[in-house]
Amino acid sequence: MSLLHEQDFHGGLRGLPEHKELSTGQPIGELFMPSRLVLPLCQGVGAEAEPVVTVGERVLKGQLLAQAKGSLSTALHAPTSGQVSAIEPRLVPHPSGLPARCIELVPDGEDRWGELPRLADPLSSPPEVIQAVIVAAGLAGLGGAGFPTAVKLGVQGRPVKTLLINAAECEPYITCDDMLMRERAAAIAEGIQILRHLLAAGQVVVATEDNKPEAAAAMSRALAGLPECEILSFPTAYPSGGEKQLIELALGKQVPYGGLPLDIGVVCLNVGTVYAVRQAVMAGEPLISRIVTVTGDGANSPGNYEVLIGTPVNELVAHAGGATDGVERCIMGGPMMGFMLPNDRVPVIKTTNCVLLMQTEVPAVQQPTMPCIRCGACADVCPASLLPQQLYWYARAENSEKLEHYQLFDCIECGCCSYVCPSRIPLVQYYRAAKGEIVEQQAARAAADIARQRTEFRAARLAAEKQQRAERVAKKKAALKEQGSNPEADAKKAKIAEAMKRVGKLEAPSAESADEQP
Amino acid sequence: MSKVASSPYLDGGYSLRGVMLQVLLALVPAYLVYVWQFGPGILITTLLAMTTGLAAEALMLRVRQRPLWPFLSDGSVLVTAALLTLALPPLVPWWVVVIGTLFAVVVAKQLYGGLGYNPFNPAMAGYVVLLISFPLELTRWSAPQSLLADPVGLVDSLNMIFGVGGTAPVLALDALTMATPLDQMKVQIPLLGSVEAALASSPVFGAIGGQGGEWVVGAYLLGGLYLLWRRVINWHIPVALLVGLGLMAGLFHLLDAARYPDPLFHLFSGAAMIGAFFIATDPVSAATSNRGRLIYGAGIGVMIYLIRTWGGYPDGVAFAVLLMNMLVPLIDYYTPPRVYGHSS
Ligand code: SF4
Ligand code: SF4
Repeated sequence: MSLLHEQDFHGGLRGLPEHKELSTGQPIGELFMPSRLVLPLCQGVGAEAEPVVTVGERVLKGQLLAQAKGSLSTALHAPTSGQVSAIEPRLVPHPSGLPARCIELVPDGEDRWGELPRLADPLSSPPEVIQAVIVAAGLAGLGGAGFPTAVKLGVQGRPVKTLLINAAECEPYITCDDMLMRERAAAIAEGIQILRHLLAAGQVVVATEDNKPEAAAAMSRALAGLPECEILSFPTAYPSGGEKQLIELALGKQVPYGGLPLDIGVVCLNVGTVYAVRQAVMAGEPLISRIVTVTGDGANSPGNYEVLIGTPVNELVAHAGGATDGVERCIMGGPMMGFMLPNDRVPVIKTTNCVLLMQTEVPAVQQPTMPCIRCGACADVCPASLLPQQLYWYARAENSEKLEHYQLFDCIECGCCSYVCPSRIPLVQYYRAAKGEIVEQQAARAAADIARQRTEFRAARLAAEKQQRAERVAKKKAALKEQGSNPEADAKKAKIAEAMKRVGKLEAPSAESADEQP
Repeated sequence: MSKVASSPYLDGGYSLRGVMLQVLLALVPAYLVYVWQFGPGILITTLLAMTTGLAAEALMLRVRQRPLWPFLSDGSVLVTAALLTLALPPLVPWWVVVIGTLFAVVVAKQLYGGLGYNPFNPAMAGYVVLLISFPLELTRWSAPQSLLADPVGLVDSLNMIFGVGGTAPVLALDALTMATPLDQMKVQIPLLGSVEAALASSPVFGAIGGQGGEWVVGAYLLGGLYLLWRRVINWHIPVALLVGLGLMAGLFHLLDAARYPDPLFHLFSGAAMIGAFFIATDPVSAATSNRGRLIYGAGIGVMIYLIRTWGGYPDGVAFAVLLMNMLVPLIDYYTPPRVYGHSS
């Protein structure tokens, strides 16, 4: 009997226009060499990686360019051989539109690999060895926010009942996971076996949506004969690919508030990440390329392409047949959660799953925002079971206390609420802005704390100079005040930093609004 | 127009106008049955209320310096006007309609901040003001056409509503009116001693509710099911309201069937059905979460029964709705939904 409970998650949208067939007509396009590569030191969440190369240095393909710094950062490798031409702030693909430090690499065209540390027989290697390879390869979640894969896999002996492979790919337009499964199912299966061995996971579940029958068929052929391994195909519903939603769908359990999937014995990885794990362990290749969907009614020849990390979007689009005239927007990610690019010279990063070129203007912007009528349509579709209308109310009132009471930070920014709102309120925009503001307030408070501590240090030092005999005592005091590392505080800081990365510095929306209630 | 600064970049195609149009569409069957059963008067009062409402809304928007077109065209005034007139007797004098609409739009809606900010259901607020100020006019319900020797036509209705021809129309109106089933029941039970006798006392009673009226109620039910099907409303409020009213009626009917009419009579008389599907479901003034909506709806249902049975008025939908409107902030406070991953 299956251990799985098929059940629904709250809310969500069914019957979104998917447009997936646009980009599944041709096989994944082969790697191409752009004229330059721009590699942001931060590839998602976490701190910037620390460059280990200097400007002018020649590097080989796969060579380490920057090493991870801090728990949520990932290492960065040279996607091809060439010369480092700059290390400086550039525009990066981030909703904030702010520049961030990048390494620029000019390819030499030889594409020469450095040495590759592959594992001959991963399934009989000790887990620590595999884990070390994954850390070194700079793997980050390819499906979502780019959370370091090594952190997810660092279960530290806690039991993993289920390894859940997220192959839902629920956003419209995006098909990179679909095509990956169709074409490279065998490699994914190898990745699954490595991960199961690494995690000592009892059961493997590959969860996908029923709009990908070819991919599901390919996967079930590749996984045939593996014990305790199941492929589940759910009715298409957005956002079934949200980690929490997928866990509820596939396993009938909810991740407890503030907890991790591991707390209920689950490790959930995107199928693209699984493939990258396989490449790292068996081929020794660090994460230097990924599959990107280039699609939309503004793309001349929509399809999927294997793309080097760091490839500028305009070169990718040109390689993919170019954009039609009159493209209104270039969006990185899907239409529900992606963001508009500040310009098309920003690079593809580890989390870039889709470049969406849209020609048509969204009709929504032609209608003014109306007041909230509290119809609750937003709450009905919210997969986090929040009350978006209340959040909206308090976001406008800038009442951060109430916002936290209504669990603003549980919002996954899926956009379902905005999509159904009859008053055309850009709700998610308000939440992103409010989150950014709260995070900033907290950061400011933290900075003030540090400043206060510094002042106290200084006072202590002055006192010490005056009273030499009391020097030791004063020092001790100061040392005592210096807070030892507190795991809880560290975790909180990491969370804040992550949220900060995600929200950036979005301004509160100033859409022309008919609703100007003070 | 600026571009959408933040995702989602897909458009669901939902709009307020769409929602309001669906509500109006769902009222069409009721209007048709109404005209068939009670004559064309209701169409006149509805048009009058809609025109008055639009004019008042435009004026208030101008005064409050809000853009006219988006708000005038959202359809909410039309819904308010329709619901108010359906609550009034069909041959009520024109000035009653005008005063009620003005109060609903100007005071209950615009002075509270306009669409989305009104704590009270505007139509019900307008109705209650009329009921308290002009009780006589509001109790002159026309008899169903089937009980009249001479059915009321369009010209008669116009004359009576606009008072053309001096006192004659008023006298004529007296001849046309009749106590409503709820009124009749309330007055006659104590006099005649039993529900049976009360039912036999007047031809106004129909098979389950009122003669003619029960058909209109059926049309409300139909329209309500349409709104549920189109997901314009959720089931929570209407079901809770009808169950609340039905359970109360059933309980007392079981205790003493001679003094308390059966639940079906209550559900199919008066404004219970339109209240359940069209009035209590007004999102602005209702509770927010689904749990809250169950409490809100059930509260209205119970209150309707209490007012009908022991209150000073034959029907209690308007009072019940307004009373529960007042409790909405409290209900909302205590019924937040369980957020994903939080223990209940
Ligand atoms: S969907 Fe829009 S109008 Fe309806 S309650 Fe939510 S925010 Fe308000
Ligand atoms: S964006 Fe946030 S509030 Fe809106 S539906 Fe998604 S999770 Fe709920």
